[in-house]
Amino acid sequence: MLKNKSLAFPYVVWMTVFIAVPLLIVVYFAFTNKSGAFTLENITALGDYSTVFVRSLLLAAIATVICLVLAFPVGYWLSRLPVSSQRMMQMLVILPMWMNFLLRTYAWMSLLENNGLINRFLGLFGIGPFEMINTQGAVVLGMVYNYLPYMILPLYTAMVKIDASVIEAAQDLGADVFRVLGRVLIPLAMPGIATGITMVFVPSVSTFIISRMLGGGDTMLVGDLIELQFLGNSYNYNLGSAMSLVLMVIVLLCMSLTNTSGNKDGVEGVV
Amino acid sequence: MKQSHLRALQRVYLVLLFSFMYVPIAVMAVFSFNESKSRTLFTGFTFKWYESLFHNEMILSALGLSLVVAFIAAAFATVVGTAAAIGINAMGKRSQAVINNVSYMPVVNPEIITGVSLMLLFVVAKDGIAWANDTLGWSLPDNIFGLPTLLIAHISFCLPYVIFNVSPKLRQLDIRVYEAALDLGCNPRQAFFKVVLPELAPAILSAFLICLTYSIDDFLISYFTSGTTQTLPIVIYSMTRKKVSPEINALSTVMFLVILAIILFYNYLDGRRERRKA
Repeated sequence: MLKNKSLAFPYVVWMTVFIAVPLLIVVYFAFTNKSGAFTLENITALGDYSTVFVRSLLLAAIATVICLVLAFPVGYWLSRLPVSSQRMMQMLVILPMWMNFLLRTYAWMSLLENNGLINRFLGLFGIGPFEMINTQGAVVLGMVYNYLPYMILPLYTAMVKIDASVIEAAQDLGADVFRVLGRVLIPLAMPGIATGITMVFVPSVSTFIISRMLGGGDTMLVGDLIELQFLGNSYNYNLGSAMSLVLMVIVLLCMSLTNTSGNKDGVEGVV
Repeated sequence: MKQSHLRALQRVYLVLLFSFMYVPIAVMAVFSFNESKSRTLFTGFTFKWYESLFHNEMILSALGLSLVVAFIAAAFATVVGTAAAIGINAMGKRSQAVINNVSYMPVVNPEIITGVSLMLLFVVAKDGIAWANDTLGWSLPDNIFGLPTLLIAHISFCLPYVIFNVSPKLRQLDIRVYEAALDLGCNPRQAFFKVVLPELAPAILSAFLICLTYSIDDFLISYFTSGTTQTLPIVIYSMTRKKVSPEINALSTVMFLVILAIILFYNYLDGRRERRKA
């Protein structure tokens, strides 16, 4: 029974029909027009939306860098705690992750509003009010807030494996803080960094909820564009497929930049 | 001296970061008890939003649907995925690599693309059904969007997680234990259910739980594949679009408490298991 390859048969059929075929349909729609004839129009039409693509990439990249900078010390400190408190802190990191992300994003809506809590609080000191919601900054904040745990956890998982004596050895041999960081910690944490970057960047670059809830109408991202083609007013499956295809290629390119071996460990480590 | 400064800095940083993560949730919890609909001014204490939440038919039926979809999808995915993990494990390196790469697609692809691609598949299938009904005189249901498409979508994104959870355990499994059972007179079926399955049980259970939570939490893929059917996250989305609806604060608080309880319970079990081992 353990040597029975045919046990995988139902799964292989399922994945062919519901994973591989749908992706091929996306490719087919991307290169055809409404009557089904081959065309490159959908792809060339994407030139009109290049600002949206650039904005998505840029905001997602900024959010990813902020997450990495914020999460790195946390991951390190957590990995140096006694095991019993590690469990507790890990729980604190995971808990917000389990909360539905629509609700988490909604929470920021009421905080950032023009007469929201933050502006009211600043008003007590006579500062503001600031225009915070419906800005690109709010979108980046939403991305950082939603996906920060996805950066902390893989970093922590990678750094737990670093033996304290390795760091001590570097210090004993005269390395200052920056040397320890650059020569020891960061290289050893690299698998975690790679996983964290993909786990933050991929959902950030493809989101449409965060931009819609916190970005107002002006901060359209690729996700918004795609959603409009399939369920919104634009209603153009062919153009939407072309956008999806390009987004997929962008994501796969980014993934191949950060190495995949580290990524596999990470996915198993996080779930 | 320097060491203690560093400690203090570290503590301040952690407190700030965790406040960043938790203050928005806390604010929602506080305003779920707010008398008025204002999201910024606390005017008085009330439970009325909780009351109306638990009488909100739309939310309750959406919750019911989410749970039904999650349990069916998780159970189905766990059984098919576990069988698949065993089958894949028996394969050669090259077929394993091919299957694993396809399995990774829904994991690494942005969710919106998984959602859109499945939606296109269902649209094509719907057109095919309409054609078959018209020209061949079949009488298939003409709108497949709803529970069937939701189930298919959820099973599809759950399956890879089952495989990636069970496969590592299978690789660790000592094949000699299975062979010993056969030598001692078990038939392969008995050997599998009495020896192999108990070894795999923790991985299978955690795969099932992961599928359950992913399915209940999923918004993006359901959004594209559910037609007009509403799961809980879809209802939450439509509530956030209306902006003023204090019930949503109450709902967040309830969900947070449920999640907290589950995690604490899980942690307690985990801790006990570890202490037993020691």
